[in-house]
Amino acid sequence: MTAAADLAPSYELVVIGGGPAGLAAAALAARAGVSTVLFDENPGVGGQIYRAITSTPVRSRAILGEDYWDGAALADEAKASGALIVNGATVWSLDRQRLVGVSLGGKARLIEAGRVIIATGSQERPFPIPGWTLPGVMTAGAAQTALKAQGLVVGGRTVLAGSGPLLWLLAAQTLRAGGRIDAILDTTPRRNWLQAMLHLPDFALSPYFAKGLALLREVRAKVPVHRAATIEAVGTDRVREVVFSGAGGTRRLPVDLLLLHQGVVPNVNLANAAGVAHVWNDRQLCFVPVLDAEFGSSVPGIAVAGDGAGIAGGTAAAERGRIAAIAAVRALKPQAAVPDTQAIRQRLQREEMGRAFLDCLNRPADSFRLPEGDTIACRCEEVTAKQVRETAQMGCEGPNQMKAFLRCGMGPCQGRLCGLTVTELIAAERKTTPDEVGYYRLRPPVKPITLAELASLPISEAERKAVER
Amino acid sequence: MARAADVVVIGGGIHGCSTALHLALRGLKPILIEKDYAGRHASGVNAGGVRQLARDLHEIPLSISSMDLWERIEELVGDDCGFDAHGTVLVAENEAELAGFRERVEDLRLRGFEHEELIDASELRRLVPAVSERCPGGVVSRRDGAADPFRTTQAFRRRAVEKGAEVIEGVTVTGLSRSGANWRVETTDGDFEAPKIVNAAGAWADRIAAMLGEPVPLAVVAPMLMVTSRLAAFIKPVVILRGRKLSFKQLENGTVVIGGGHLSTPYRDSNETVLDWEKLAISARTVWELFPAMHQATIVRAWAGIEAYMPDGIPVVGRSSTSEGVFHQFGFSTHGFQLGPGTGAVMAELVATGSTNTPIDGLGIERFAAK
Amino acid sequence: MFKRLADSSPAIAISVDGKTVTARAGDTVAAALLAAGIDHCRTTPVTGAPRAPYCLMGVCFDCLVTVDGVGSRQGCLIPVREGMKVETQLGRREAGR
Repeated sequence: MTAAADLAPSYELVVIGGGPAGLAAAALAARAGVSTVLFDENPGVGGQIYRAITSTPVRSRAILGEDYWDGAALADEAKASGALIVNGATVWSLDRQRLVGVSLGGKARLIEAGRVIIATGSQERPFPIPGWTLPGVMTAGAAQTALKAQGLVVGGRTVLAGSGPLLWLLAAQTLRAGGRIDAILDTTPRRNWLQAMLHLPDFALSPYFAKGLALLREVRAKVPVHRAATIEAVGTDRVREVVFSGAGGTRRLPVDLLLLHQGVVPNVNLANAAGVAHVWNDRQLCFVPVLDAEFGSSVPGIAVAGDGAGIAGGTAAAERGRIAAIAAVRALKPQAAVPDTQAIRQRLQREEMGRAFLDCLNRPADSFRLPEGDTIACRCEEVTAKQVRETAQMGCEGPNQMKAFLRCGMGPCQGRLCGLTVTELIAAERKTTPDEVGYYRLRPPVKPITLAELASLPISEAERKAVER
Repeated sequence: MARAADVVVIGGGIHGCSTALHLALRGLKPILIEKDYAGRHASGVNAGGVRQLARDLHEIPLSISSMDLWERIEELVGDDCGFDAHGTVLVAENEAELAGFRERVEDLRLRGFEHEELIDASELRRLVPAVSERCPGGVVSRRDGAADPFRTTQAFRRRAVEKGAEVIEGVTVTGLSRSGANWRVETTDGDFEAPKIVNAAGAWADRIAAMLGEPVPLAVVAPMLMVTSRLAAFIKPVVILRGRKLSFKQLENGTVVIGGGHLSTPYRDSNETVLDWEKLAISARTVWELFPAMHQATIVRAWAGIEAYMPDGIPVVGRSSTSEGVFHQFGFSTHGFQLGPGTGAVMAELVATGSTNTPIDGLGIERFAAK
Repeated sequence: MFKRLADSSPAIAISVDGKTVTARAGDTVAAALLAAGIDHCRTTPVTGAPRAPYCLMGVCFDCLVTVDGVGSRQGCLIPVREGMKVETQLGRREAGR
C-alpha cells in the first residue's frame, strides 16, 4: 500500500480517477515512459462502471454481464504498465498551476503535475422528488455498487423508478442475482420517442442497440412496468410507500427500498474548481467542460477524459482516456512511441454513434428536474424548491448569489446533488437559459478534508523560515 | 446621449453601495456602475468581522462612526445583515505580546479612545473558554462583532435603489474625461455624465485613478479564508492573533470561518484566485494548537476575495489631488468591511457639502504623489 | 433491504454505536451498515432528519459517520477494518464533545 509519504513531489502525469478513462490513460502514458501516478478515492480501481473489478465477490459472470468483465483487462493493463496506482486517495484540490492536493490515510500532500488528466467520470443526475431524502430511498447506481463491490442484492420490497439504460441494467442484474423487484416506474415521457426516432438509424448501428433491446425484454418478462408522471416517497422515519400517478390515476405501493435513476451527468466539481470553462449541453441537460479534439481543457495542461467530458459510456471513456494520454505523452516526451490515434478515434466514433438517440429518449421530464413546493432541492442544507424559486423571483440571478441567500450548495456535497436543480430552477423562474444562469463557482477542497489532514501538509523550507519568530 | 446623474459611483462593493445609499439619502441622484455584480469580490466573501479593535490611529474615527451605524444597521438598510456583537478578542500568545498590548491600550486611552480593553487570563477564559490554556490574556473590544458580508452588501445595494440610486451591474468603466462642468464616464454600455465621481473600485481602483493621471501604488491581494462543516456551538466572539496570522469566528449556523490574511495569488483580469495550501496548512496548525475543540473539524471550502492593499496598510479616502469633483474611497487593505457603512456616510457628506465632520486626515491620495 | 449473495468473504467485527456488527472483507462502512439493516447513519444538522446512504459513490455525503473518533467521514469510501469503531452522527455532534 502506498502511503502519503511515499509519493514523489512531482510526476510528469497525474491521472485523477481510476475508471475506464483513467486506467486507459495511465496505462498508455506509463508504457510510453511518462512518470505517471493515478489517484483514485475508492478502495479498488474500476470507477463506477467496473466497480470492484479486481475484488468483487460476485462469482457468476452472468449476473453482472460480460460488459462488466471487460474492465478486468483495463485494470490488468494499468497495473502492468508501470503507472503508480494509488487507491484510497482523495484529490481535494487542483489549480491552474497543476498543483494537486491529495489525502491518503489521513495525511495530505501537494503534488506537482506536468500534465493532468481529470477522469472523475459521472454521477447520477439529481432526482428531486418529494421524500427523496428519506432512508430507504437510494439511487439505482448505489444498489448496483452494493451488488458489484459487496455482493449485496436487494431483498425487501423494492421499486425502481426513472429512466435510462442503467435502470434497466440494474433491474436485470438484480433479477439474475435472485433479488426482488416489485415494480418499475418508467418516467420516460412518451413524446421523447418522437425526438429519439430521428436518431434511430445511428443507434441501430451502435453496440448499444441489440444490448438495450435484450435488456428490456429480459426485465419486462419478469417485472410489472408502470408509466409514472409523478412520484413521491412517503414515510416519516423511512420510506414506507411510493405514490405515483399515471394513466390509471394515483397508485400506492408499499416499499422497503425505492431506487431512483434518471441518467448520469459529468462530475464537474474538480474541473470547475480548477478553473476549467464549462458550457451547458442542452441535449444532455448538464454542464460539460469546453474541450479541444484531444480533450484538452481551457486550462493549459489539464485534460478531461471519460464521461466527465460529456456522457458517452464506459467503452468510449477508455478511448477518450487514450486520446488524452497520447496528447500528454506528445507534450511531455515528443520522441516516445504512441499508438495510432486514427484507430482509436474510429472506435470512439462507433461508441458515440447511439448517444443522440439515448439522450433524446432518456431526457428526463421537466417535472422530475424542476421540483416545486416543499420538495428538497439541496439535501445538505435542506433548502426547498419553493425557497429557490422565490429567491429567484425576488431578483437573485445566479447560483452563487443563491448560495449566499439560502446556503444551498454550501454543505459537504458542494452542490453535487443540487447544482443542476438550482441552475435550472433559476433559469425557469427568470425565463432564461441554464447557460446564462451558469453553475456554482466551486471552491476547493472539492472534498472536505479534516483540519488534521490539512495541518499534516509537509512544511516546505521557505514556509518554515517564514513562521519562525 | 449620455445618461446624467449627480454622482457616478464606480464599484459595487460595500463602500460603493454605502456611498450610493448615503448620497441618495441626501437627496442626490447617484448612478453606481459595477463591472460584475454587487458584492462579487472582497465585500461579499470576506470574513465578516466588524472590528474596531487593533486599528490604525488614522482610521479609528471612521471605524467609530461606522460602529454607530452597524448598531442600527436594520434601521439603515432594512436587514439586520446577520450582525451580532459578541466582541472581538485579540489573544496574547505569551507575556511579551501581552505587554505590547498593554502599551497600545494605554496609548489609546491617552488619546481618548476607550473601545479597547486589556483582559487577563481569567477574563480571556470566560470570553473564550475554548482557547488554549497557555494564553495569558488579551484585548477585547466588546461592541465588535461579525456580519454576513454578501447579505450586508446586497442590503446596502437594495436600500440604495429604494432610495433613488441607480445600480448598473455587468458594466465596466473604460474612460473618464471632462465635458464642460461635468465628468464624462465612458463604459462598456454607453456614457454617463455627472459633476462628481466617487472611485470605490477596490482592487481595480488604480486603473480609475490612472485615467485621471493620478497613479497610485496599489497592490492587488486576495486573503484566503476557509470554513468548516457545522460544529456544536463553542465560541462567541471573533478571535484574532497578532504574531501569527489568524482570525477565527464561529457563525450562528455552527460553521467556523478561519482567516487571518495569508494570501493567495490573484488574477484580477479573470476574477480568479489560486489558493496557497501550504499557507492554509499554517492556519490549520495554528488553529490546532489554540483550539483543541477543533481537532475533529473538517474543512469544506476555502476561497479568497480580490481587493486592494496600500503600501502603508490604510485606505485612500478623500478628494482627488488632480481632478476637481473626483473622490477616492478604496485601498482598505483587508479590513474595509466594518468601515463600509460609516465611510459611505462620510464620503456622501464630503461630496454633498465639501467637507466632513469625521477626521480623515492622513488618508488622502496625495500621500502617494511622486516626490 | 439487502441480502448477501454469498458469505464467502472473511468476517470482520466492527462496532457501531458500541454494538458489534459482523461485516465482511471488502465492505465499506456504509455497505456494512446497510447489510446489517441499520436504517439510518446520521441526523441532519439543520432539521435533525434521519439520513441513510444514498449514492454509495462518494457524491451525496449522506453516509457521514464518525470513524474511530474522526467525525463526518464518508462511510461509502472507507473499507471496514477489524475493531473499527463507527458512531452514527446526531446533528452537529462533530466537535465539542
